[in-house]
Amino acid sequence: MQFSEVLIMALAAIRANKLRSILTLLGIVVGVFSIIAVMTALQVLQNSIESGLSQLGAHTFQIQKMPVMSGREKWLKALKRKDITQMQAQRLKERMILAGLFSVEAWGDVQTVQSGSIKTNPNVGVVGEEPIGVAANNWIVKEGRSLSENDIQNSAYVAILGDDVARKVFPHGSAVGSIARIGNNRYTVIGVFEPKGNALGGNSDNFVVLPLSTFLQEYGKKRSLNIMIQAKNAETYEECMEEARNNLRTIRKVPPGDEDDFTLFSNDSLISTFNDFTIYVKLGVGFISFISLLAAGVGIMNIMLVSVTERTKEIGIRKAIGARRANILGQFIVEAVVLCQIGGIFGIIIGILGGNIAAIAFHMPAVFPVDWALIGFAITTLVGVIFGVYPAWKASNLDPIEALRFE
Amino acid sequence: MSIIIRLAGITKVYQVGDESVHALDGINLSVEKNEYVAIMGPSGSGKSTLMNIVGCLDTPTSGLYELNGTNVSEMNDNQLAKVRNKEIGFVFQTFNLLARSDILHNVELPLIYGGISSSERKHMAREAIARVGLSDRIHHKPNELSGGQRQRVAIARALVTKPSILLADEPTGNLDSKTGNDIMALFDTLHKEGNTIVLVTHEEDIAEHAHREIRLRDGKVERDEPVKNRRIVQASSNVGVA
Repeated sequence: MQFSEVLIMALAAIRANKLRSILTLLGIVVGVFSIIAVMTALQVLQNSIESGLSQLGAHTFQIQKMPVMSGREKWLKALKRKDITQMQAQRLKERMILAGLFSVEAWGDVQTVQSGSIKTNPNVGVVGEEPIGVAANNWIVKEGRSLSENDIQNSAYVAILGDDVARKVFPHGSAVGSIARIGNNRYTVIGVFEPKGNALGGNSDNFVVLPLSTFLQEYGKKRSLNIMIQAKNAETYEECMEEARNNLRTIRKVPPGDEDDFTLFSNDSLISTFNDFTIYVKLGVGFISFISLLAAGVGIMNIMLVSVTERTKEIGIRKAIGARRANILGQFIVEAVVLCQIGGIFGIIIGILGGNIAAIAFHMPAVFPVDWALIGFAITTLVGVIFGVYPAWKASNLDPIEALRFE
Repeated sequence: MSIIIRLAGITKVYQVGDESVHALDGINLSVEKNEYVAIMGPSGSGKSTLMNIVGCLDTPTSGLYELNGTNVSEMNDNQLAKVRNKEIGFVFQTFNLLARSDILHNVELPLIYGGISSSERKHMAREAIARVGLSDRIHHKPNELSGGQRQRVAIARALVTKPSILLADEPTGNLDSKTGNDIMALFDTLHKEGNTIVLVTHEEDIAEHAHREIRLRDGKVERDEPVKNRRIVQASSNVGVA
């Protein structure tokens, strides 16, 4: 007996009980959906983070007070850390030998940007930068000019606008040379950045850059600074990171043996932190999916047992005209497996669509996680086999005479 | 004439509680090729048990059953399934068609289990369906057919593997007498064409279609004799008579 025959029989049986089949495979759909949706979303997130990080210059690392992607406890503990001050940054800069670029920046304020009656939402990131930092961040000024040393020294009220901000506030013509109100002050727009797309779950073009000195004056000097260091070349990158860590520990008087009271991170460490974080998400989702697939499997078994009882006569007929045990066993297992696989395919499709909502949210290209789709499909097949075997075995062991007599 | 069925000392004992019930108690009989045999008997006489054993749905407690010279009395489930598939064509009182499948699929089902290729199978099934005069109903479902037509489909299914014996269990039991006559006429024709037919019935006038009548009582052969006044019916229509 050919497999295609068995498959045709299984599909016919599933079609014959459409509503029941749909209800039964709903459980499978949910189980597979949760795996696929989360894995797809995580993939999108990871792509987003990686593309965001690759926007940092090559062999660049950052130092900041707060940890990156940490748990709540770690975060609360880090809040007690001393701020990284301008003085500390200055001393670190003086001590660094291996650093090619050394820039200090300050983040952490959002404001409304306004020109005339047009204004943005109060969610525009305000960043204080040194001239060098603009380059280290790979921000490219497409129009106008970048920050100059003069701007820093004079704490000039000038600003470079992110592409989104510029287009929003100055929809007609060039923003350069115009006056923009950022928060409570008026700034002269000196430049506009090239758009760079979106990363890290935020809009990377929705920000303005002020001279660092102006920023600190405006938004408080008691603000922990970020330090961005680029090693002179790839070979000295690791060494340069070590140099920065050791020097900063000395400057901040961290006792030997204590852990760093600052966070030093590079692209690689960010990715591995992300992976550490996602492993728990994956475990959690795996557990939930396991439970729901288990429940779905029991549902499948239940419905298959009902089906075997209902079709006792059919089984008797098939046996009378020459079906062997193996034929009946195969027919019912394949039926259970096909049922599960149909559920699995729907789960995969909906899961990928659902997971890619993250892609839309982060303005990332859609992701198709082939590996997880295959794993999901394999799992549903397995569920079908495991929970289909017993009903099928029961069917195959029916006595043909008894089965034929069944009404 | 070659012997198709040879039963020697067949017994079947069922255990009901502490009691042993001898459903068959030493049956000896032979059926030759192209015989038309009616097995008669009141209920409880053991004719169903005998039919199940002859049809290889069951095995005897003791005794020898040779089908076409092969000892089938000690075969296992899979071997019996194969014998049922190749050697026996069942026709049941309640037709026993697969309700969800169309006529063509019902008739080709034994060939599917026999491992016949799709194109050959379809050809053979169409031939068998034509043989019973239902070529124009080939894609109908059983519930779209009359009782007589359903029984014809069942006969086509029994014939399609070209079995050694056609085993009919009260084939007219669920049909009105006119339709029953048509079916019996079809059996008469099939017999003339060389098929060996074993008919299980409790109706005298149905049994009279056969050439030989075997009466069972209490698990034993009570009488085994040729039918004297054979009933020869003409089909009320020409349907199915080639």
